[in-house]
Amino acid sequence: MRLHEYQAKEVFADAGIPVPDSQLASTVDEAVAAVEAIGFPAAIKAQVHVGGRGKAGGIKIASSVEEAREYADEILGMDLKGYHVDRVLVEAGVDFEDELYVGVTMDRGEGRPVAMVSEQGGVDIEAVAEEDPDAIAREHIDPAFGMHPFQARKAVYDAGIDRDIARQVSSILTTLYDLWADTDASDAEINPLMVTSEREVIAADAVLNVDDDALFRHPDLAEMEDEAAGDELEAKANEYGFDYVRLSGNVGIIGNGAGLVMTTLDLVDYYGGEPANFLDIGGGAKAERVTNALDMVFSDPNVDSVVFNIFGGITRGDEVAKGINEALEAFDEIPKPVVVRLAGTNAEEGMEILNTELVQVEGTLEDAVQRAVENAQEVSQ
Amino acid sequence: MSILVDDDTRVVVQGITGGEGSFHTEQMMAYGTNVVAGAVPGKGGQEVQGVPVYDTVHDAVAEEDADASVVFVPPAFAGDAMFEALDTSLDLVVAITEGVPTQDMSKVYRRLSETDTHLIGPNCPGIITPGEAKLGILPGNIFSDGNVGLVSRSGTLTYQVVDSLTQRGIGQTTAVGIGGDPIIGTSFVDALELFEADTETKAVVMCGEIGGEDEEQAAQFIAREMDTPVAGFIAGRTAPPGKRMGHAGAIVSGSGTGTAESKIEALNDAGVPVGDTPEEVADHVEGFLS
Repeated sequence: MRLHEYQAKEVFADAGIPVPDSQLASTVDEAVAAVEAIGFPAAIKAQVHVGGRGKAGGIKIASSVEEAREYADEILGMDLKGYHVDRVLVEAGVDFEDELYVGVTMDRGEGRPVAMVSEQGGVDIEAVAEEDPDAIAREHIDPAFGMHPFQARKAVYDAGIDRDIARQVSSILTTLYDLWADTDASDAEINPLMVTSEREVIAADAVLNVDDDALFRHPDLAEMEDEAAGDELEAKANEYGFDYVRLSGNVGIIGNGAGLVMTTLDLVDYYGGEPANFLDIGGGAKAERVTNALDMVFSDPNVDSVVFNIFGGITRGDEVAKGINEALEAFDEIPKPVVVRLAGTNAEEGMEILNTELVQVEGTLEDAVQRAVENAQEVSQ
Repeated sequence: MSILVDDDTRVVVQGITGGEGSFHTEQMMAYGTNVVAGAVPGKGGQEVQGVPVYDTVHDAVAEEDADASVVFVPPAFAGDAMFEALDTSLDLVVAITEGVPTQDMSKVYRRLSETDTHLIGPNCPGIITPGEAKLGILPGNIFSDGNVGLVSRSGTLTYQVVDSLTQRGIGQTTAVGIGGDPIIGTSFVDALELFEADTETKAVVMCGEIGGEDEEQAAQFIAREMDTPVAGFIAGRTAPPGKRMGHAGAIVSGSGTGTAESKIEALNDAGVPVGDTPEEVADHVEGFLS
């Protein structure tokens, strides 16, 4: 789960990381009032789950009330890379000399956390990592002990941070690690960490992504989830509890197990079609879940044909067949042609009860995918 | 021959009194697995499927001489269950649980480095030596015994590939689903090393997916250490960058690492043919064995 900048800053500030004065606004008048309270210059920042907001026109610096009104009006309601902006954070502009980067993430290859510091902040840090990996100092942390203060100091010195602010930066890094661990985060980042002309260090941005699997331990953070922040269909999938990703093609794909669903997508592509979505109904799905899955895929106007690929292990073929029947029998006319392939646990029982007047049946994965691709080509013509 | 499990393996089921634990204990025993005990705090003294339940894994190991455990414990308690298993003398721990917090796994992984135990999973279908024993939730009927080893990050993809092999009369020594999470106990390299050492295993299938660099590391290991031929499959060629495709680990970063192309290229460079479809993987294996 990804927090908005204003939410992440609240969490960071509570932990003791310095952040600029700010207020959240959802109307132009609120934004202007906030700017008047905070003073000039003030940054007006779109609160959407999109990287590179500044470049896309989602962050503007206002030096007067007129500018604040103009920028707030521009940004509120704008479409930023597909996301509707309905809130802005109005924040005191920082007069800075340097921009740094600090972050903590899980190094999956090592199986343990890594803390990172760079004096090249304020830019796309992934690009820095690729082009000049040595510009980022890295310190792996033993999760059993947490980050020792010496490790924070070492990372800061290795990154070549100016000595007069080294103590402040290493203290922020230690705090950031503790916060990362306490919130079950996957990433916690400050980019840029600004250095003012008075040599004070302040977090001008804040990123906090929390492990979805650990949200049960953090009801306060779970409450911050912004359902409306994503795609409409993805929000619906979230409600149903599916792993779902919307794609740009026209062949709807439903299956069980992430690897098998990805393989089905790949085969659709291999046989000349284009996947419309990734939808994993998960393990042990009952009939109702199957019905919901079909409802999901039929709600996507781009879908011209559907392939249902089930290899039962923990999932039972008869339950799946029951769900498909229930979903399709509710229609006077099936919205899009559906191809079903059932294998594994109780597949034979499933085939016996499956209403084959409503669906096409194929015995192998390859045949099912090819049939669905042909259906999509016919429908779209 | 086989790797890690056979008909001598003595299994304790952690979480045996739960719905999943109880159902799959029955399934495992019906397959012939030697389930000797269950372990559930507070449920010591009960019986499930005729198997005695103990309050602790320590008691189950001491009383029933178990050497492996299967974990069917809900995600909030699964990390602790793995720590408990690693605190005993077990040779093998198989964690089926899906949705274990990554930071919990990081700590388990750290603890694992201090033990001699093999941990498979979490978020995996388990391990099966056809005709002898299965530890986990794999559907036993699609497997047949033979001389091909299989290691996979995905459960249902394992079934798909095994089905293709079995239908051609190609049986398996052992199939192991290592799980799709970012941090797992047994990696491709660990499993490949075991298959390479197993004299019965004449060929290996490795099913990978986008995300991480485990497949790339496996490719280096194959080139350097393996004489047994390996055929590969990589799921997620069409996955868009930045999106999580079900498995927590199946996410392509924006910078080009962990993509299907990089994995396929690394495997090809190591002399591993990668099938475009599961059937093509079976074709390659057939080629190795003929």
